[in-house]
Formats: sequence, structure tokens, C-alpha cells
Amino acid sequence: MKTSMTRRSFLKGSLAATGLTIAVSVSPLGYRLLNASEAKGALKGFKPNIWYEITPNNVVTVFIGASEMGQGTHTALGMVIADELDADWKQVKVRQGPAAKEYHNPLLGEQLTVASAAVRGFYDPCRKAAAAGRAMLVKAAAASWRVPENECEAIKGTVAHKKSSRKSTYGQLCLAAAKLEIPRELALKKESDFRYIGKPTPRLDAPAKVRGVAVYGLDVSVPGLHYAVLARPPAYGAKPVSSNEKAALQIKGVVKVVETPMGLAVCAKSLDAAWKGREALAVKWDKGALPQMDNDFIEKTMMAELDKPGSKAMENGDAKKALEGVAKKIKSTYFVPYVAHTLMEPINCTAYVRKDQCDVWAPTQGQTGAQMLASQVSGLPPDKVNIHTTYMGCGLGRRAAPDFVVEAVIASKATGKPVKVVWTREEDIKYDFFRSATCQRIEAGLDGQGQLIGWYHKAVAGSIMTPINPKAIQNGVDIMSLWGLVDFPGSPDGNRILYEIPNFYLEFLISELPIPVAPWRSVQNGPNAFVTECFIDEMAHAAGKNPLEFRLPLLKESKGAQRVLKVAAEKAGWGKALSEGQGRGIAQHHCFGTDVAMVAEIAVNGKDGHVKVNRVVVAVDCGLAVNPDTVEAQIKGGVINALSTALKEEVRFANGGVKSANFNDYGILRMSEVPDIEVHIVKGNDKMGGIGEPGVPPTAPAVANAFFNATGARIRRIPFTPERVLAAIKEKKA
Amino acid sequence: MISLHVNGKNYRVDVPDDMPLLWVIRDYLKLTGTKFGCGIGECGACTVHIDGKAERSCGIPVKEAQGKKIITIEGLPQNHPVKRAWIEEQVVQCGYCQPGVMMQVAALLSETPKPNAEKIINAMDNVICRCGTYPRIKKGIETAVQMARKEGKRP
Repeated sequence: MKTSMTRRSFLKGSLAATGLTIAVSVSPLGYRLLNASEAKGALKGFKPNIWYEITPNNVVTVFIGASEMGQGTHTALGMVIADELDADWKQVKVRQGPAAKEYHNPLLGEQLTVASAAVRGFYDPCRKAAAAGRAMLVKAAAASWRVPENECEAIKGTVAHKKSSRKSTYGQLCLAAAKLEIPRELALKKESDFRYIGKPTPRLDAPAKVRGVAVYGLDVSVPGLHYAVLARPPAYGAKPVSSNEKAALQIKGVVKVVETPMGLAVCAKSLDAAWKGREALAVKWDKGALPQMDNDFIEKTMMAELDKPGSKAMENGDAKKALEGVAKKIKSTYFVPYVAHTLMEPINCTAYVRKDQCDVWAPTQGQTGAQMLASQVSGLPPDKVNIHTTYMGCGLGRRAAPDFVVEAVIASKATGKPVKVVWTREEDIKYDFFRSATCQRIEAGLDGQGQLIGWYHKAVAGSIMTPINPKAIQNGVDIMSLWGLVDFPGSPDGNRILYEIPNFYLEFLISELPIPVAPWRSVQNGPNAFVTECFIDEMAHAAGKNPLEFRLPLLKESKGAQRVLKVAAEKAGWGKALSEGQGRGIAQHHCFGTDVAMVAEIAVNGKDGHVKVNRVVVAVDCGLAVNPDTVEAQIKGGVINALSTALKEEVRFANGGVKSANFNDYGILRMSEVPDIEVHIVKGNDKMGGIGEPGVPPTAPAVANAFFNATGARIRRIPFTPERVLAAIKEKKA
Repeated sequence: MISLHVNGKNYRVDVPDDMPLLWVIRDYLKLTGTKFGCGIGECGACTVHIDGKAERSCGIPVKEAQGKKIITIEGLPQNHPVKRAWIEEQVVQCGYCQPGVMMQVAALLSETPKPNAEKIINAMDNVICRCGTYPRIKKGIETAVQMARKEGKRP
């Protein structure tokens, strides 16, 4: 991947390349395919952005607007183009596209790589764009041989005419094809004719990453590069009381101290000097907004908020009334703490603001937002702001926020130099926008036959949408904070409870805690599925039923969920005996269009409280799996991330700020703690679902349910630390 | 002036003695394959070989690395079994931690050409991968061991 592609050089390159260049224009009606190589006159003043080009050197270069943060999107979309174009995979190269509306994800309305939406969002448009190119190449070949088009066939980067044994490569045909018009009618391949889609395919980015030459945000090098580090407040809302700018400027290499909304930026010629300058600056801060805040305070506050009136988020039937006369009533309270993203590449960004343009090199998941904010801060119009998206050392949703772009642009504008803002690991953790903690209580009832007839659910969490789009919060309900329980009306993702409960009420309250929150792999589907899947398990046992058999009749309308539950149970040997101290738990969740079910097998050490997860069997139905090798890798990665939160992760707070600082006090799952994970890909759903995130939500509840199976004790709070495990076992005995 | 011997080349850099080796390698020698992950030696993203041993370059003052033989991911041969096994097993996702992981594996295999499962986990439990590639790291190590054995080489 090369990163320095501006829109202008892009266009210039495409027109000078004299090959077949398929571009698009966008309107509210969708994409319109364009042959960017035709009629230069007509293109004057018009700026299409290309999706792929075929050049006489017989290379197909695919440009992808979505970010590559490890999820394999660049390879998968390359495969889609290659397949429908009938190119040879060996001739395909993928490059990162610039920020442009032509790369807006149709599912999201902007250039943003979130919600497991990149491949499913671009699958159809990419196929159409590729089918157009294939038809043009066939037409060009047929014309040159003076034979009917229907006698010619595109095969692996060539067009062949069998009758006359003639063959031309796409490289040979691209100049002639470039003179043709985009066909009006597009014939797409049948799934059974796919050559690459659906086959495990090696990643295109692997060689550069293995050689150590892939360029991540932190690796960006610009002539004259300066560095900036920020002195940031130690507590939420803290303001600087004093600082020693003079001492900072005396450090060799320090050039300027700049005020920003996030803190004081020390700009220097080297990173080492910037750090030493920050130390010398010795900023003193006041105590901030809530100096008494620590983990105890947080948990108590959220518990108290649970008793305050909230807003109605969803209702069907009359849950309150239904619960009045039930045969059996169960009430449970759950708590999930704040967790950090801790991406392996700490947050960073490089910007260079000049009089007439601004370049930003960013490991960003959100090009549209990055461009808009860089434009606002630099004072330049958006089309003068070039966003160069680098590879990124993980994303998990954190890099969709544009705060680091703002910091780099401010520092560059103030110094007139290209500036790289670098966060240390300590800053990366302390100033993260966390996965929100949540406190939830459910009261539900069974009738005399053990049927689930009423469910009253109250949830408290931070607001995900407030920093993104506060207008989307209506009547106090933040749907993204509730993903997994309820989704936006008409959303195709289905981030909601699938269980068919006749009387259901969901009440929500935005927590007043000042802790910033953001999407974290699967957003709140993770914490919310932990609550619902654990509670369903409690209800199953209250009804005296097997947790698998209790779930299935409640999922009559959800064939995908039924399918993955059955496959996971069968592959895991659900119902087979386990030895003493071991347990098996099941859970399922649907999100981003994909069904996932899991069975976890664990061993609990009743003496030291240690939970060892031995095996996780996963069944996933994401519809068509473009690259099954990536699907497997993503699901395993999701399970491991989620296990990490279930067993270890919890941000520590003290004195109104974040106490956790680095990997020595914020533990992440390591190799010895990873179980055997089996992934079974089930293709049942017609529609393609996302794959980056759906592996997360069922993991923690599957483990918690296995814990109950092993010990007879419920654990309703994440993470399952030895102390909590021992307390749960003790409570059960009492 | 500090003199460094990295990947078979000699470098002279004008940096403070206490600058961590990691940042000299990255920002002055422009060998950016070695990554910054934590700065306290907890994650392993910055691992390089110093005189044949896997070391965390983020905590080593550059002065201490003078006169020693340093190898970074760029200096690990392209046909090294670990690099080939990483492609074969498609280990990488985001790939950020992998150069450090591969350097740690290469050092492990040069000391113990056929590590058993326990040895592998013991040796690799101090690296962090947020993408969760651990299962494939394990497979990658097994494949690298087999590749080296078949070719009769010590990795």
C-alpha cells in the first residue's frame, strides 16, 4: 500500500495511465459507473475517484476507501473485483484510496470503517463495477477479432475466442476497452462460477507486514518532521493552574508550546526532546470535576442510577402487568465495567498545514470525519485537505474518533512544520474513550408451563452517540448504547434481542458519569449480550429446562440463530458429561447481520478462584463468506478480545481520573490463557453479514453460563477475577 | 556521537546517550519495522536481537547498545523460516506486533530448535497481540520448526 495519493495525483495518474479506468460518481440515487479514460473533455471540472484500473503492463489496481486495520477488507474487496472482472488474482494490486465521497460506504453514508460494514457495504457496488469492466474488455476483444461478443470469454485476466484459438490479456485489451462506453446492462456471475470469492485466500498485506515495511501511522516520515506530545489533565475536567513554558523551551530541540483543547502540546525536533520538554513544562492541574471518583464510586453511582426513572426504549405487550401474576419471577442485576481499546499502535497522527493545503497522514477509521475536522481546524476548504490513510495497528472503533487528527493539525498550524503527534501507552489508556460500563436489572416471569411471558429490563450506560451525533438521541434514548437490546428502526443489522417475548419493556438512562465512551469492537452488543444471554440462561434453569432447548422455541422467527445454536451445540458435544469442576455454557447473539453461537468449556479451580477456558466452539452464519480464512481469523480474534474482557480487563479510576496506565496494570489476554477455538462457518443466511465484530458478544455469557454449569453459582459481573469467582461460590454455599 | 551496528551496517548518530534504542532505530535509522507498543518492555512489539538474544529495545539506552550486533526485523533474512511460516500460516491481522513477535520466535528457535508446546507458551507469554492472533502464532512456530527441520537448518 502506498499512502501518498491525493485526489489530484489520482486523477492525473488515471488519465495519463492510458488504460481502462473504472470510476464512479455518486448522487443520492447511488453510484454511477464511469469510464474515467473516455472523453477527457466531458470530465473537465468533474472529479471522479477511481475504483480500479487496468494498465497495459497487465496490472489491475484496485483502490479501496475503507481502512485496513487487520480485518482483511482490502484483500476481500480485491477478491470481489478480481472475481467479477475475471482477472487473475496474481495481477491484482490493492491500494488505499483518498478521502472522497466516491468511497462513502453505502450502508453508513460516509467514508468510515465501522459496524463490520466494509465488505458487505461494497460487495454489490464492487461486483457491478467489475462486471462493467469485464464486459468492456470482451467487447474490445471481439471487435479487434471481428467476431461476435458471445463467442468470446473472459478467463483469468484474458479474453479468449475458442473457435479461432485467439487470446489477449487484459493488459493488451485495456487501451481499446478504455474507448468504450460503460454498458447499460450488467450481467453478474453466478455464485457457482466464482473463482476467488468463497475460497480461503492469502492476505495481500501479509508480505509487507512480515517484512516489517508496511507503513503504519507511527512510521510516517515527512522531510522536516517535528513531533508533538501533550501534557494532559490527570482528572476529568481538570484545568491547568501553572506551567513552566520557559523551562520547556530551554530543552534542546523544543520549538514551541501550543495550547489545545486537549492539553498543552510541546512541539520539538525529536520525540525525545518533546518528552523531556513536557517534563520540564511541569503543568500543575486543579482537581477536576469529580475528584472523589474511583471504581467504587462509579459502581455505586450506576447502581443508584438504576433506581432513577429512565426513558422507554422499547415496549411490546404489558410487561408490568404480565409480571404481576406469574408462577415464577426472577430478578437479577448485572454490571460490566469500563474497558480500554489498548490498540497495539498507540494513538498518533501526522499533519502538515501550509497556506494552501493540508496533508494528514492518519491511522484513521473515519476519513470523512478526519477531513471535515482538519478542514475546520486548518481553515482550509475540505478539498484542500488530503487524508492519507496508513495501515493501523488495530482499530476496534477507537480510530473512528478524530481527536488525534485535531491535535496534529493544531500543532502543525501553530509551528508551520509537519508534526507527528505521538501518544505514549499511558496516554493511550488514560485518555481513551472507553467501552461504556453498564449496569442493568431484569425482572422476568414464567407461567405455570415454564413459558417466558414477561421481561422488564432497565439499563444504565454512557452515551455513545453524544460525541458522534447528539441529535440522534431522542427522548433520552441512545440506541447505540442499547445495541444488542434494540436497534434503529428499519436497521438491516438486527442488533437487538431476537427472543420472542410476549410482554417486554426496556427502560434506559444515560449515566451522568463524566467518563468518555466510544464504540469498542461490537459496540454495546458485547456488554448487552452478556446481560441478556446470562439472564436467558437463568430463566432456562428457573424453568427447569436445558438452556439450548429453552432458547430454540423463543427464536421461531430467527432461523439463523436457531441454525448456529444447533451447529455449535452439536460440534461441541452439548449434553455430554464433563468431569468435576468443569462446565459447559452456551450463548448466541445476532449483530451486524451475522448470527453467532458458541459453546464454552471451562474448568473452575474452587480453591484459588481461577477460571480456565479450555475450549470454545463457534458457529457463525454471515451469509456468503468472501474469504473464509479471514472469517475464521476474525471470529477467533473477536473471541479472544471478549475473553480478555471477561477474565481480566477493567479500567481502574482514582482521584477523578484514570489510574490504569500500561500493560503492567491493565492486563490483556496472553497466549497461555487462550483456549482451543473451533470455528464452523454455516452458510444459511441469504444476506451477507459483517464479520469483524460478531465474534465478541456471545463469548463472555457462554463462559459465565459454563461457570454456572460447573459450580451452580452465578457470576453477574465482569471480569471474572479469582476474588469474584470465590465470592460467587461462597455466596451460593451460603 | 553514538556508533551502532545494525543489520550488518555501521551507523553514527548524534543523539543523547539515554535515548531508548527503539527510537534511534525508528526515527534516526528509519528502520520502522521495530514498533513502539508500551515503552516498559511489557508487550514485545519492540523486540530486536542484540548479540543473538531477543531484547526489548524500548528500555535500552542507546549508549548500552554501542558495539553490539543488533538485528531488526528488516535484517532477519527474507527466507528465514519464521518469515516464511508467518506467510504460510497467514498469522498477521493488523500486523503491528508481529515484527517483535517474529524476532522473539526467531531467537527462541535458534536456542531451542524444537520447542515443545509448553516451552512455546512459556517463551511467548510475554508478548501481546490485541488482534488475538495467538492461535496462528502457535501454528506459525510449529510450521517454522518443520520448515527448518526439513531443510536441515538451524533457524
